[in-house]
Amino acid sequence: MTASPVLRQALLPLANRRAVSIDAMATLGIERFRATVLDAVAGGWRVASLFGMPEGGNHVRLLAVLADDTRGRLAGATAVVGRYYPALTTECAQVSVFEREVAEQCGVTPLGHPSLKPLRRHPPDHLPPAWAQDEYDRAAYPFSHIDGEEVHEVAVGPVHAGIIEPGHFRFQAHGERVLQLEIMLGYQHRGVERLLESTDRTRAVLVAESIAGDTVIGHTSAYCGALEALARSHKSPRAQSIRGIALELERLANHLGDMGAIAGDVAFQPAAAFFGRMRGECLNLLMTISGNRYGRGLVRPGGVAFDITSDMAGEVRDRVKHLRREVRPVAELLLETASVQSRLDGVGVVTREACTTHGFVGLVARSCEVARDVRHDHPYGVFRFAQIPVSTAWAGDVLARTLVRWLEVQRSLEFVEEQVTALPAGPVKTHCGGLMPNEIAVAMEEGWRGEIVHVAVTDDHGDIRRHKVTDPSLHNWTALSVALPGNQISDFPLCNKSFNLSYAGHDL
Amino acid sequence: MRNYLRARLSQGTPTVELGAGGAGLPERFRGRPALDASACNQHECRCLTRMPSAAVRETNRGLPVLDVGACLFSPDEAAACEHGALSFTRDYRMASRTRDGLVSPTGEVELAAALDRRMRSLFGRALRLRSVVAGSCGGCEGELVALSNVVFDAARFGVQFVASPRHADGIVITGAISTNMRTALERTYAAVPEPRLVIAVGACAVSGGPFRDSVEVSGGVMPEIPVDLWIPGCPPHPLTILDGLLRLLGRLPREADVSE
Repeated sequence: MTASPVLRQALLPLANRRAVSIDAMATLGIERFRATVLDAVAGGWRVASLFGMPEGGNHVRLLAVLADDTRGRLAGATAVVGRYYPALTTECAQVSVFEREVAEQCGVTPLGHPSLKPLRRHPPDHLPPAWAQDEYDRAAYPFSHIDGEEVHEVAVGPVHAGIIEPGHFRFQAHGERVLQLEIMLGYQHRGVERLLESTDRTRAVLVAESIAGDTVIGHTSAYCGALEALARSHKSPRAQSIRGIALELERLANHLGDMGAIAGDVAFQPAAAFFGRMRGECLNLLMTISGNRYGRGLVRPGGVAFDITSDMAGEVRDRVKHLRREVRPVAELLLETASVQSRLDGVGVVTREACTTHGFVGLVARSCEVARDVRHDHPYGVFRFAQIPVSTAWAGDVLARTLVRWLEVQRSLEFVEEQVTALPAGPVKTHCGGLMPNEIAVAMEEGWRGEIVHVAVTDDHGDIRRHKVTDPSLHNWTALSVALPGNQISDFPLCNKSFNLSYAGHDL
Repeated sequence: MRNYLRARLSQGTPTVELGAGGAGLPERFRGRPALDASACNQHECRCLTRMPSAAVRETNRGLPVLDVGACLFSPDEAAACEHGALSFTRDYRMASRTRDGLVSPTGEVELAAALDRRMRSLFGRALRLRSVVAGSCGGCEGELVALSNVVFDAARFGVQFVASPRHADGIVITGAISTNMRTALERTYAAVPEPRLVIAVGACAVSGGPFRDSVEVSGGVMPEIPVDLWIPGCPPHPLTILDGLLRLLGRLPREADVSE
C-alpha cells in the first residue's frame, strides 16, 4: 500500500474536512494523471470522487479524490483536458460511472469507455463557455439487448407498483432467470449541483437538505463540512455531538424502516408493522429536536440551529432506552423465523471481488466483508472521540444486508443514549464567514447508505466555483445490477429493497 | 407463535386519532406559518432578498403576502424577517382546494371543502390512489408510505395506494416535475379512468420548492393537469396529508375543526 515516489509527487495529500490551496495541486498531463490514478488504485486506493469543471473557455479540469481507507488518507490529483481524453474505465472499473458523469456534465468524451451511456439524461450543465451545446435528445438511450430464441425482455418503471421514486429497469431473462439487468435513471434530475453553485448560502443549504430526503442530516452535514473547512470555521464539541446524534437517529429510522420493508416483501407482516412504527418513533425523535421529522433546519454552517436542552436530553434518552427494549424481540422474531431466513438466504449476492472492483460503499460493502466506514476510516466530528464499531457480515446476500442493519441499529442506539447522557457544554453554533479563495475541500460523511462525498472548489473571489455531490447510491446502483443475474425476476423487489438506494441522490 | 404473541402484546395500539390541530406534536414542530402584518416593517426592509424561499412576496400594492404553498417550513425563513413577523404555528391543517387558497396576508389557509355529493358517493368510503413521483427528494414519499403504517393507518378511512393507475380513482403527485419525468406523469394521469382526482403533495409539487427556478424542473404541477387538493409542507406531516384527504372526502369528525 505504499505509494511509489512518483505517485507521492503527483498526489496532493488531502484530509476529510480540511481545505487546501488548489494551486498546491500539480496539474498533470493526462497520461501522467491516468498513470497516477491507476497506480494508486492498483496499490489499494479507491476513487472516492472524480469530476470535471470548466477551465478557461476551452478546457475541462478533471479532479480525482482518492481514498486509502486502511490508513485513513485522502489525496487529490488533477489534469486539464480538451474535448477528448483516453478513458480510465478501460483499466479501472470503479471510475465507470464517474466518467459517464463527466462526459454528460462537461461534454468531454472519455475515449474507449466501454459503456458510455447517458447517466441522468440532461444536456451538459458544466460545459466550457467556448463549446457549443448541441441539440440534446433526452429519449435517446442505447439499451443493451441479448438475442436468443428463448430470451425475453421485461421493462419496469419509471412508474412502479408501490410508493417509490422513478427509475427504469430492463431485464433480459431466460424463463424466470435474469441474464442481465440494465438500470436507466435520471427521472429525478433536478439540477442540484447547479443550484448549489449558483444560489446564495441561505438557499443552497435548503437545496442540500433536499438532495435525498431520507438523508437530510448526512448530506447537509457533508455540505456544511465543506463550507466550514473553506471558511476555517470550527464547530463546538456540543454542535458536533448533536450532529452525531442526529446522524445516528437518521440511520436508525432508515434501517428500521428497511428491516420492516424487507419483512413486508417476504410477507412477514408482524415485523413489517412493528418496524414501520419504530421508524416513525426515530423520526419523531428528530422532530422533537429539530421541529421536522427528517431533521430539516437542524444542521447549518457553523454548527446546529437547535440545542438539545437538558429536559429534552432526558426525554430523548428515555425514549431511546424504551426503543432498545422494544426492538430486540421484533428483530429476533424476524431473524429467527425459519421461513424468513430461507427467503433471504442466498438471494442477490454481491461478492467481495465485485465490491472491490466496482468500488461499492457503505452497507453494501460491509455486507460482503469489506469494512468501509467513513466514521472509522476518515473520522470527523464526534466520531473522533466516540468510536462506533464497524459492523460487517460476509455472505453479501439479502440476509447479510439485513443482519448488518440490525447490528448497526444496536450500535446507533447505544451511541445516541451515550451521547445525550453526556453532552459537552458550550454554544451550538459559531460564526461561519466568507470562504477562502482558490481552495478545495473534501467533506465525507457516513450516511446510513454509505459514503457521502461533497467536494467544494472556490474561485478567486471565494465564491463556490464547483460543488460536487456524490451520494453512495451512485456507486451502489451498479451493485444491484451485478447482484441480480442468476436470480429470478420475482426476487427483484426483495433484492431492490435490501439495497434501498436513492434515486434522488443519484439523479441530483 | 409465542414469540409473535409476546412481540404483538408489547406493541399496544399506536394508531392516532385526528384531534385538535397541533395536539401531541412537539413544541418545536413547525406547522402552518403565520405573518403578523403589524410587526412587519415594510419600509426599507430587505427581508425579501434574504428570504431563502418564495414564501413571502409583495403584492403590486406593496403589501406582503404569505404563500403557504411556497413555504419550505425552514427556521431560516422565520429568521429572514428581523422584526419577527414570520413565525410557525403548531397547526398541521393546511390543505386547500385551490392554489390561491394557500395565499393570504396572514398565512390563513382556506381549508379544503368537501367534494360534491356525486363525487363523495363515488370516493367517500373507498379512495384508491396511485403515487407519481416526478423530481422529488424522496421526503414526501417517505410520509406517503407512513400514511399506511399502523400509526396513521389511512386504510381505516378507506384510503389506499394501488399498483396501477388503471385501478386508481386519482393520482398523488410529488416532486417539482422534472423534465425527464414529465411524459410519464402525463401518461399516468391519462391512464386513470374518469372521474379522477389529482392531489399535489409537498412544496415541490405545489410551487417547485427548493428547486423552483432550476432549468430541469417545471416548478410544480403544470396547468394541463387540474389539481383538486393542494397539500403544502416540506415534507408535509402525515397528519397534514390525512387531514387534507379527509376534508376532501367530507369524512372529518367535527371536533377536528375546533381550533386550539
